[in-house]
Amino acid sequence: MTTHSVLTVHEVHKSFGTHHVLDGIELEVHAGEIVAVLGPSGCGKTTLLRLIAGFDQLDRGTITIDGRVVAERGHGSSASLPPERRRVGVVPQEGALFPHLDVAGNVGFGLHRGPEATARVAEVLNLVGLSTRLQHQRPHELSGGQQQRVALARALAPHPSLVLLDEPFSSLDAAMRNQVRDEVFDVLRAAGATAILVTHDQQEALSVADRVAVLMGGRVAQFGEPAQLYMAPSTLQVATFVGEAVVMPGAAHGQQVTCALGTLTTRAGDPTSGPVQVVVRPEQVAIASAGAGPESHRGPVPPTSVSGTVVGRSYFGHDGLVRVAVGDAITVACRTPAGDLPARGTQVRVWVTSPVMAFSTVS
Amino acid sequence: MTRSRSPIALVLPAAAAAVIAVTPIWYLVDRSLERGWAEVVDELWRRRTLDLVLRSLGLTTAVTAGCVVIGLAAAWLVVRSDLPGRRLLRVAFTLPLAIPSYLSAFAWISWRPGLAGFTGATLVLTLVSYPYVMLPAMAALARLDPAHDDVARSLGKSRLHVLLRLTLPQIRTSIAAGALLVALYVLSDFGAVAAMRYEVFTWVVYGAYRAGFNPSRAAILATVLVLLALVLVLAESAARGRASARVGSGAARTSTPVRLGRATPLAYAFSAAVLLPALVFPLWRISVWVSTYISTEIDTGELFDALQSTLLLAALAAIATMLLAFPTGVLAARSNSRLARILERSTYIAHSLPGIVVAISLVYVGVRLLRPIYLEVPLLVLGYVVLFLPLAVGAVRNSVEQSPVRLEEVARSLGSRPGAVLRRVTAPLALPGIGVGAALVLLTTMKELPVTLVLHPTGTETLATRLWRYTSVSDYANAGPYALALVLFAAVPTALLSTPRLGGGARGSRS
Repeated sequence: MTTHSVLTVHEVHKSFGTHHVLDGIELEVHAGEIVAVLGPSGCGKTTLLRLIAGFDQLDRGTITIDGRVVAERGHGSSASLPPERRRVGVVPQEGALFPHLDVAGNVGFGLHRGPEATARVAEVLNLVGLSTRLQHQRPHELSGGQQQRVALARALAPHPSLVLLDEPFSSLDAAMRNQVRDEVFDVLRAAGATAILVTHDQQEALSVADRVAVLMGGRVAQFGEPAQLYMAPSTLQVATFVGEAVVMPGAAHGQQVTCALGTLTTRAGDPTSGPVQVVVRPEQVAIASAGAGPESHRGPVPPTSVSGTVVGRSYFGHDGLVRVAVGDAITVACRTPAGDLPARGTQVRVWVTSPVMAFSTVS
Repeated sequence: MTRSRSPIALVLPAAAAAVIAVTPIWYLVDRSLERGWAEVVDELWRRRTLDLVLRSLGLTTAVTAGCVVIGLAAAWLVVRSDLPGRRLLRVAFTLPLAIPSYLSAFAWISWRPGLAGFTGATLVLTLVSYPYVMLPAMAALARLDPAHDDVARSLGKSRLHVLLRLTLPQIRTSIAAGALLVALYVLSDFGAVAAMRYEVFTWVVYGAYRAGFNPSRAAILATVLVLLALVLVLAESAARGRASARVGSGAARTSTPVRLGRATPLAYAFSAAVLLPALVFPLWRISVWVSTYISTEIDTGELFDALQSTLLLAALAAIATMLLAFPTGVLAARSNSRLARILERSTYIAHSLPGIVVAISLVYVGVRLLRPIYLEVPLLVLGYVVLFLPLAVGAVRNSVEQSPVRLEEVARSLGSRPGAVLRRVTAPLALPGIGVGAALVLLTTMKELPVTLVLHPTGTETLATRLWRYTSVSDYANAGPYALALVLFAAVPTALLSTPRLGGGARGSRS
């Protein structure tokens, strides 16, 4: 597959009044790729999406879709293609179906009327897994998941270059959410669509996207594959945002760091001296009850393990999370198989099983 | 942030509407200053002018206070209580809107002539205008998040505490808006005060205009009236403060009605105390008039002519007003540019203009600029448009605001140009609001008196003008059928307005 880029966002700035929402955004999305734009609320991710769709005008920068400059400002040039000429499909929060039109009217909205349109409506409804018998239903007669699929069908019908999804699953209840999400992305991949998903849910972003752009403070803090973001975050903020982590102060010396969990090995490339923030993921922490023998399910209890008290536990079915107070100030989370979660108050020993991340404190 | 710039296709018609709304005022000021400032000062610096101001303010205060009390209590009863028959009461409480103030006034003084003056004017104006407070209060009460009540009760607060500290503050803006409508209505009412022979501004302005010898006196007094109205509008926006929006997107649940229990008879007594004088009494008087009329000679041709021209004028006014109001309403809901705000506000200027002032200023405009349509149907319809444009703009604006901007954005990204989006998405979504606006304009046009009296084409009589002519010479027998016809036809759009969530119901149904 040739990887020509469908979308290029270059040096994009946008302010509302004195508030700089986007401060030099760079983003490139290849054909057939699904990219998640992930960030805390208020980070400007929806604004970015609105600039790409053409609903808002950028202050500075360039946006190119399919090799065509759709918005440009700065260096003496200024151009903006209206939304209706950008060939961008939008799936907004809560679907935003037209309440006065039935399903067929919604899906066919962007098509020129005629027999071809009717055929295309049936085709995309089929693609999103909706029966054509629903064609004459009104949006309020559909379930939340069906509404979301109609919204997707409507966006896909005119063969857009790019599909933008703005937190499309936030209004669905937790049980339906994962199912609808999987179906929607299966459809997008089956259609070979290029798509951008905006979300504040890191689990959602990491699980469905080919690549994830983490937006923080109006800039792209990191852009990479999900595993890379999780295991090799570029900053402390990205590290704590993309997944559960324990952060504690430490002192680096060479490839080692000393902190509340003892002396640990750091990743290659981490700071080798001075004060650092040590980041440990729950998967990196092993646990054994203090009274148990030298063997545990994560191998022998090493002598470097530290002791602590269980202060909380969460049971997830497939596994569990145990919170252990180590010393006075630090609470460590460790992920363990769900079978044997120790009770609150139990004395345990915890140790770290793989190299940890360390970020320089002075930034 | 989510609002967009103003499209030119909307700005041009909205600007036309604004010009139409503002021109009369410009002419009024022009006319006032015709004989120089000395004349203005001389006219204003009279004991009589001060008396007029005080009398108008006194009447306005008394009626507004009465309307707030009655309107709030009625709204709470039909929306929040478990009073049996509250659905029917909701319509009944709205129906006094269909009774023109002058008709109600004549009903009372034809029965007890001693009521004439402040007492009678206050009584009649309160009884016909409390729905202006009740309707917005009803809507606001229905929009409240019932979870608030539940939370407050579970925190140990009494129902009274909830009402005073939670409910009232939240619907304060709606009450203020309703009170403003009442106050402006009282300032601008002409029929009731004339029938009750209570000398306030409108009556004196009409007298000065009719006398004809000093037209700039009419203009100067009218300008003072406009200034009074303007003060009221400013006071309301100051009192409004920061409007509180509903927080959270949880679906609104219908709240459990408050049990009245032993207070039920009291609630019925209140309803009777309002509805008997406001609705039953005028209807009884009309039926008495009609029964006398049947025994006398009838001129049905005259009645049908009047009915026909009333309906025709009301329909023309509704169509013209809605056509002009739609662009302004959409712009007000969808654009936050300074231009859009100015255009919307200028149509609201007419909101504070008493009908008699609009009428007189349109006479000036008509004589100078629009000679060919002076005292013809188009100029009269223009008068209605100026008067009722704000009603229609508000209705369109409300219904467009209720549908998310995202719908229009999605339509754009699906390849529709702005004009097509307006036609395919915005207009269908605004349809309920357009319906409400049209009903309001129909209703108020049928009842309207001063503009019709001044601007109606020679030889064309409406139900209102006939009614006015007969009742003002105490010929109630002949007035009866006109009164009956007017109330019956005005009741139709009025009943429509009392339907809860007209918008939601109409949108939800299949077409």
